[in-house]
Amino acid sequence: MSKVNALLQGTLNWVDERFPLTSSWKAHLAEYYAPKNFNFWYFFGSLAILVLVMQIITGILLTMHYKPDASLNASGVPVAFASVEYIMRDVSWGWLIRYMHSTGASAFFVVVYLHMFRGMLYGSYRKPRELIWIFGMIIFLALMAEAFFGYLLPWGQMSFWGAQVIVNMFSAIPFIGPDLSLWLRGDYVVSDATLNRFFAFHVIAVPLVLLGLVTAHIIALHEVGSNNPDGIEIKKKKDAKGIPLDGIPFHPYYTVKDIVGVIVFLMVFSVVLFFMPEFGGYFIEFNNFFPADPLQTPPHIAPLWYFTPYYSILRAVTYPLFGIEAKFWGVVAMGVATLIFAFLPWLDRSPVKSIRYRGPLYKGFLTAFVVSFLILGYLGMLAPTPARAIVAQICSVIYFAFFLLMPIYSSLDKCKPEPDRVTSK
Amino acid sequence: MKKLLTALLFVPLLAFAAGAELHLDRAPDKANDMAALQNGAKIFVNYCLNCHSASYMRYNRLKDIGLSEAQIKDNLLFTAEKIGEPMKIAMQRAEAKVWFGVAPPDLTVITRARSSEFGSGADWLYTYLRSFYRDESRPSGWNNVVFANVGMPHVLWELQGDQAMGEDHKLKLVKPGKLKPEEFDAAAGDLVAFLKYMSEPMAEFRKQLGVIVLIFLAIFFVFAYALKREYWKDIH
Repeated sequence: MSKVNALLQGTLNWVDERFPLTSSWKAHLAEYYAPKNFNFWYFFGSLAILVLVMQIITGILLTMHYKPDASLNASGVPVAFASVEYIMRDVSWGWLIRYMHSTGASAFFVVVYLHMFRGMLYGSYRKPRELIWIFGMIIFLALMAEAFFGYLLPWGQMSFWGAQVIVNMFSAIPFIGPDLSLWLRGDYVVSDATLNRFFAFHVIAVPLVLLGLVTAHIIALHEVGSNNPDGIEIKKKKDAKGIPLDGIPFHPYYTVKDIVGVIVFLMVFSVVLFFMPEFGGYFIEFNNFFPADPLQTPPHIAPLWYFTPYYSILRAVTYPLFGIEAKFWGVVAMGVATLIFAFLPWLDRSPVKSIRYRGPLYKGFLTAFVVSFLILGYLGMLAPTPARAIVAQICSVIYFAFFLLMPIYSSLDKCKPEPDRVTSK
Repeated sequence: MKKLLTALLFVPLLAFAAGAELHLDRAPDKANDMAALQNGAKIFVNYCLNCHSASYMRYNRLKDIGLSEAQIKDNLLFTAEKIGEPMKIAMQRAEAKVWFGVAPPDLTVITRARSSEFGSGADWLYTYLRSFYRDESRPSGWNNVVFANVGMPHVLWELQGDQAMGEDHKLKLVKPGKLKPEEFDAAAGDLVAFLKYMSEPMAEFRKQLGVIVLIFLAIFFVFAYALKREYWKDIH
């Protein structure tokens, strides 16, 4: 036995002299000290990694049978659409892989939205974690691009018309807009050229960017250390060895804890995947079971649920301004709505980070923001009516007020004193 | 702030109240009724699979609903030579477009495509198939309550008979067909059950597998939670 151990130790030393294996293991897992008071909200970071890995693996398997080809087969069905049904029926376990990927797309946004909300609850974006937050926001944008490109691939009615609507939005940009949307599409309408380039973006370009950004996100996190539900720095109180008093090694403590989170997540995920893979039309839209038909516009084009808050904001802008049409300002409002999160570290002037010690003003604004976000998301799925447009406008104003008024209300708020050490409840 | 929140909670209710209603009859659930599915397959092959293809569905997959290869070959295999081929049709799409105004859609996943907030795709089809009525203003002589001015004629008319639209906007059977109304409803239910099966042949297996996966995860959870508690017992 000792010979085996000596051989293993020797091999490890050989590797360590050439690659920082042991030191990386220590720096990122065994001696990465995380605050001991993580709660429910802290599961979603590791879950996001899980879903990312799952999407990559199922995605690779799907590309083995999927065909990005918009031409019609002998039965008059686009080859791309038929290849998805081929995966669902004739490829062994293809239906499982495909449903994992389609459910995984929505699960990714559920997890990421909750992960972002955690950051807003506990002020995780505040100094010194501004860069982690900014990397995270770019990940969020890349994820939206990834989802958008991927949604065209099944080449159903909603794939086609959703892409048509979104690419057309770029044409609202003055001067360069029409050429820009032409360049994105590769054609004058969404066509085979569009399908092929969206396939390239979806399976390689954006995933590469995502993986790089996720790495940067985690490296930056491990450089400054994790925030916690109390929003105080555990590194301020260290023992004689320089280990934070309220820190525990990520491995084994948070690895065993995250396994529990992973199982609970997988149970929820499995309920959707096995019993309601379309999730009532929210995860797979019913209309997308009709193959793309460029000659037949659906009466109601709705993006998937994770885009609907922004789609609502886009539609809520109905006034032209400075002689430029409303459509352009809608696109601007939508763009700003997705980018504005990145400025939170500098908009927030509160003396405390965590919601636990914030005053009623911040809590009220955050609640109003969440309610408006949910209402906007709901409205974005429905066909527009004048009454709905007014609700969407009110909610959009609240959405932006949460961010733009933050320097004022966060500094006026009556905060409670932060504790010296982390609290367990 | 509270008032604003309360207002926000109620305004949407008013905003969402509007919208056209489509009343659909509920299709009977025959997902596990093999005799019904087989009857549905027979009706599908005899009445639908001349103009509509089911080009992602292979004939030999019908073994799922309790048919043997010999039964499939002898009774259902009209549009293909080999049992491993998909359910295609001979009609050319360009010609079909001239005849009907629109090429009849492939029906493999039609029950999934026809789902909406008003009901499942099976409900839609079950209602649609029973809602044809005589309308001499239409080229085919038929119209439909669910799908106004549809290009498709009432293919099952000899089974159902002729319906007419009454003054009260209700359908009345004016000329009985081969089947009694309740027999026709049952036949339409069988056909829709088959279409629903065909749209996702693995659906029943998927649900069975889901139960096993959830039981496995539940057992895994017990051990994982015990492990977590064991590690964390010294952390206060």
